[in-house]
Amino acid sequence: MRNWFQVLKPISPHAKLVLGSMSFVLPIIIWCVISYVPFFWHPQVLIIDPGSADYLQPGMRMDKRAFADAVKEADDDHKDPPKGVPSNPIYLPAPHEVALSLYTAFITPPATQDGPWLHQSLWHSIQVIFWGFVISSILGVPIGILCGTYAGFARLNEPFIEFFRYLPAPAFGALAVAILGIYDGPKITIIVIGTFFQQVLIIANTTRKLDVALVEAALTLGTRKLKLLTRVVIPGILPDLYRDQRILLGWAWTYLIVAELIGTSTGITWFITQQARYQHFATVYAAIMIIGIIGLGTDMILALLGKRLFPWDRTLDKSA
Amino acid sequence: MNKFAPLTALPSYRDQPPQVRERLQRLKQREVILKVNDLSKVFNTPKGSTLALNRINFETHRREFLCIVGPSGCGKSTLARILAGLEQHSSGEVLLDGKPVSEPGSDRGMVFQGYTLFPWLTVKKNVMFGLEINGKDRYEAEQQAMQWLQLVGLEKFADCHPHQLSGGMKQRVAIVRALANQPRILLMDEPFGALDAQTRARMQAHLLEIWRKIDITIVFITHDLDEAIFLSDRILVLSAHPGEVQELIEVPVSHPRSPAQVITPEFLATKARLEELIHKGAARDEDEDEGTYTMVTRLTDVTDDVD
Repeated sequence: MRNWFQVLKPISPHAKLVLGSMSFVLPIIIWCVISYVPFFWHPQVLIIDPGSADYLQPGMRMDKRAFADAVKEADDDHKDPPKGVPSNPIYLPAPHEVALSLYTAFITPPATQDGPWLHQSLWHSIQVIFWGFVISSILGVPIGILCGTYAGFARLNEPFIEFFRYLPAPAFGALAVAILGIYDGPKITIIVIGTFFQQVLIIANTTRKLDVALVEAALTLGTRKLKLLTRVVIPGILPDLYRDQRILLGWAWTYLIVAELIGTSTGITWFITQQARYQHFATVYAAIMIIGIIGLGTDMILALLGKRLFPWDRTLDKSA
Repeated sequence: MNKFAPLTALPSYRDQPPQVRERLQRLKQREVILKVNDLSKVFNTPKGSTLALNRINFETHRREFLCIVGPSGCGKSTLARILAGLEQHSSGEVLLDGKPVSEPGSDRGMVFQGYTLFPWLTVKKNVMFGLEINGKDRYEAEQQAMQWLQLVGLEKFADCHPHQLSGGMKQRVAIVRALANQPRILLMDEPFGALDAQTRARMQAHLLEIWRKIDITIVFITHDLDEAIFLSDRILVLSAHPGEVQELIEVPVSHPRSPAQVITPEFLATKARLEELIHKGAARDEDEDEGTYTMVTRLTDVTDDVD
């Protein structure tokens, strides 16, 4: 335990496992305590038996103080007092409810006949993310590399990109709908706008960090112009570029919810807003968690793939 | 000859044993590979311009081993970079086989202190890099790369990545990577500076062995005087601020070289002369920017002496 917090020192595999699990277990424990220990928080009372109070119904939630008043009132009148148990507001379901919803959400048929199932909504979201990210990368990666390689190219592009990246992507929502219609076009556009400008700047910076001595060595070996780019710069930055892309893919996910609200609401966002409307908050949490699981899952797979692809990369050892 | 002769009895470094004189005569009759004429380099910074190299003149002959030494700040690395074409000179000219040099090319190989192997390529592919860039097909490049690796005894590591090699091994790969292009001249900028003393000694012997076996002219930058004497035929001594040629010393130590020669009178005499030249420059340097350290305040108990 003493070795867990030392400046810039790696920790043992055992400590990694323990601490890594704790990072998930601790929040869940806090959530459990708040949900299952009655005297923690629980600001409301869930009515079980309304007793003599005709304005109450079983299953209703009300403020603790209002409930105490109702009980007192009934007692004063020597009538049957209402009964209830301490509870949390409806927007904070207990862990087991959310866990159950993770399963039931997939087997519950859609509310309307032509509505999508959860897995269909998810798949739609994944497609929007995928195309947004692919289009952004097709443009952003080459431009970023060129900006990082050629100072002149960077000067020509980066000031404008620097300006543009401060414009919030959702602000272009209405414009995107006007141009591209109400379906997936504007949604993908929002993700592209949200990702592309950051992507160019991040990748340009990564490219600039390439050890200039490698370029000089290649020059003294007779490498010229375009080959310098394809044989030295690009392979040299590839592991870092890959890492950048992983981070940027995470950013693309953060733009998803806003993007899906544009035009006709679709995908996981549509699912979440629908469930929230019916006050199925356990399902809302479940859906949010599914996004997290998909995001973390893809990132872990990509990280493993990266280790396979770039066996020479030393920086991977430090972070993992 | 008494190996332990006192320093005062050293011969002059100009006294060359007959076989050494004869060898240097032969050397100087070979064609000139590299010729540097009145080379100057001015660095323009916002604070003003500094003269880094001032009217440098020298030439090297085919298969010569030339070392360039000098105090820190004498611009020896800048000189190497100009010769490689990685930096532009301000005036004068650099001629390789009579043709002026202005940009990097495969006719001048370079070995850097920081290895600079391509980490994403295997050892073999690193050596093949220059060959393929210069138009050799893959098969031929691979054949030649393996031969070069055999020359430095690293054929077993052909499929390793550079990070799996030790510093000395990396530098051997870097040397053959530069040599594989069959350059006219090999520039080495303090190539063994990052190695520990034992590895450095081994690498020096190794380098002489390679140099003896192939047709290559070497210009070797170092600040290690023993290294310079041990390796070279001639030593170009630079002074600092600005970098100027102080003297071109012909090393009187006979060939083939062996580590035992470091205590021969010729070796010691050359070293004494080099130290004299370097220290003269360094002493001037110290007054200018580093100051002296005679006024260190005593921070220990008066009775607590180390002497």
